[in-house]
Amino acid sequence: MTTDNARRVISVIVVNEASVLSRITDLFSGRGYNITSLTVAPIPDTKYSRLTIATLGSVKVMEQITKQLHKLIPVLRVYEHEDMVEKEMALVKFDITENLSDINTICEAYNGKIVNAGESSVIVMVADEPKRIDNFLNSMKRYNPKEIVRSGAVALER
Amino acid sequence: MQISGAQMVIEALIAEGVETVFGYPGGAIMNVYDEIYKQDKFHHILTRHEQAAVHAAEGYSKASGKVGVAMITSGPGFTNAVTGLADAYMDSIPLVVISGQVPMSLIGTDAFQEIDAVGISRSCTKHNYLVTDAKDLPRILKEAFYIASSGRPGPVHVDIPKDVTAQIEEFNYDIELELETYKPTTKGNPRQIKKAMEAIAAAKRPLFYLGGGIINSNAAYDVRDLIHKTQIPAVETFMARGTLSHDDKYLIGMLGMHGSYASNMAMSETDLVIALGARFDDRVTGKLSEFAKNAAIIHVDIDPASISKLVNADYPIVGDVKSVVNEMLTLADCVDGSRYESWRETIENFDALHPLTFHEDSERIKPQWVVKRVGELLGDDANISTDVGQHQMWAAQFYPFTRPRQFVSSGGLGTMGFGFPAAMGVKAAAPEKVSINFTGDGSILMNVQELMTAVEKKLPVINIILNNNFLGMVRQWQTLFYDKRHSETDLSMQPDFVKLAEAFGGIGYRVSTKEDFDAALKDAVEKNVVAFIDVVVERFENVLPMVPAGGSLFNMMLLEKKEDK
Ligand SMILES: Cc1ncc(C[n+]2csc(CCOP(=O)(O)OP(=O)(O)O)c2C)c(N)n1
Repeated sequence: MTTDNARRVISVIVVNEASVLSRITDLFSGRGYNITSLTVAPIPDTKYSRLTIATLGSVKVMEQITKQLHKLIPVLRVYEHEDMVEKEMALVKFDITENLSDINTICEAYNGKIVNAGESSVIVMVADEPKRIDNFLNSMKRYNPKEIVRSGAVALER
Repeated sequence: MQISGAQMVIEALIAEGVETVFGYPGGAIMNVYDEIYKQDKFHHILTRHEQAAVHAAEGYSKASGKVGVAMITSGPGFTNAVTGLADAYMDSIPLVVISGQVPMSLIGTDAFQEIDAVGISRSCTKHNYLVTDAKDLPRILKEAFYIASSGRPGPVHVDIPKDVTAQIEEFNYDIELELETYKPTTKGNPRQIKKAMEAIAAAKRPLFYLGGGIINSNAAYDVRDLIHKTQIPAVETFMARGTLSHDDKYLIGMLGMHGSYASNMAMSETDLVIALGARFDDRVTGKLSEFAKNAAIIHVDIDPASISKLVNADYPIVGDVKSVVNEMLTLADCVDGSRYESWRETIENFDALHPLTFHEDSERIKPQWVVKRVGELLGDDANISTDVGQHQMWAAQFYPFTRPRQFVSSGGLGTMGFGFPAAMGVKAAAPEKVSINFTGDGSILMNVQELMTAVEKKLPVINIILNNNFLGMVRQWQTLFYDKRHSETDLSMQPDFVKLAEAFGGIGYRVSTKEDFDAALKDAVEKNVVAFIDVVVERFENVLPMVPAGGSLFNMMLLEKKEDK
């Protein structure tokens, strides 16, 4: 068995219908489970959406979550990822006076670049594994980021 | 056919074969009520409170095996009904509850009597719908009945805005449902079933653990066959009472917190639990780590999420109990029932050591006596409902049930106020049987207004109040675990229950002797009227035996022997 309370990522395929998202989040909150991050978007050319949920839990808890999710009427499929490619995105805003060439170089190491430059600030985007996004944000601290926004993870089984 | 949304509701109910609807009207649902007025295919029972409408629908469903239907208005009508929804959800009772909602244009404006009904009911229904277009109504209603009654049954809530009930659209109920995301497994895996039967044949001390799912899936008579064929003893949960007849020689009794000593000991000593439609509720298992500690577990349930939720199943079988049990029956020849002779003897010895009983009192009536006496006088002729508290446990312990669906009680939620309206629903479903509700002096006041419904609609429920002038069950815990500090459980101040019944047009009896009780019950049954029989019983009686919450099943507080007293 893997360690208790490990980080886990599940994908949930649901029918696109009103309030399906709250059904799912209610299920987590109603049982005292925590969602670390949640990403939703329609699956192209279908009537389904895909949710990627990152959470913390033991093997037993995950089994319950999976079964309970499956009980919801609009849920088609639930699976926990084991061997996956997982990406997250972050946007960070800097003052234009920071060392932009340094910033750009570091961004490139994290699959990113400057995506917008305005009169007083620039915005960079990176997309990488969640752990690496943590590292990136850490290394950005010294450039005094003005604002940071981070997406939930998306994942695909290899 | 072009009809209004309101007419669609009526047509759908008729198409589903609904005969009785319980409800309470209001502004948002008036279009539907107007159509109810115009039809004569089903009757509507106007309760005097929405909670009671839902409980009555539950009782109706429990007694008949059909989907119960309740109808209510928006806002306060809906919020009153929530306890009923939660109750039905916890006990897996198939219901369709239809509520009115403010018009679409007003949703989200804090309009008069607006409440986010589907938001509230989400956590206490199997599924719910807000209907935003009458075009969807036929499909949604059809889905609602299908979802409520299939798989693990449960309540489905359909919220319909007023303008949608007025909208005119084409109606066609002859539709194929396409629920590709909802496909309950009903047939158990044959290989798993075979393995389970082999485990049974090899076990030394197997034990059937019968749960309420058996009743829901109408599998009680199949389960009886399996038990008789294999000669394996069985314990019943509270929700499964009546699966076996009380005089079945393989029935040990009820297990759990107020189960019998023999049942709980059998569970502690068994080497193979055969759990059918049971969910290992904490009131049944006691301390989990000590529950059936030496046993392998076969768990049959329609709900995959119930399996291995609390206790790890060695032989998990997802499927409808009825179908799985029938599959087991075809393989039952491999089991040699004579092997369990000494196991059955062991259990008989447990029972002889501490039989389920109580001490008679020469002065006051003991509540257990009342239950037993009703059993002697009415037996199979009565359907039994209960409220919640000590009287509920005594009813489950001492009534001689002979058949499934004879016992209707709020198990999972434990809802005081459930009994009387549920008993009305039972009476509506099974008018040929006497409908008895065992209740307490606390519980009965929680839906006492239903006296009016019962009298008006001629639903002669006999409410037997085991009157101990206490919120007895809470008082019992205070006595045992809070050093007799009876905080706010004394109900010495009481209405005159006789006059109360009479005020509504029923009959009241107050009795304090056994003779008077017999006479009152006989009179009420003969007169076939709504009745309160207010029985003065011993105030400080405790429900025994008892496993303290979180304790181990084999560690029971037992009835003291009379000579030790
Ligand atoms: C709606 C509701 N409120 C509170 C409780 C908690 N409760 C459980 S049993 C009980 C006492 C019931 O008293 P009574 O109906 O007189 O029955 P008795 O136990 O005396 O037989 C209470 C208050 C409950 N189960 N339901």
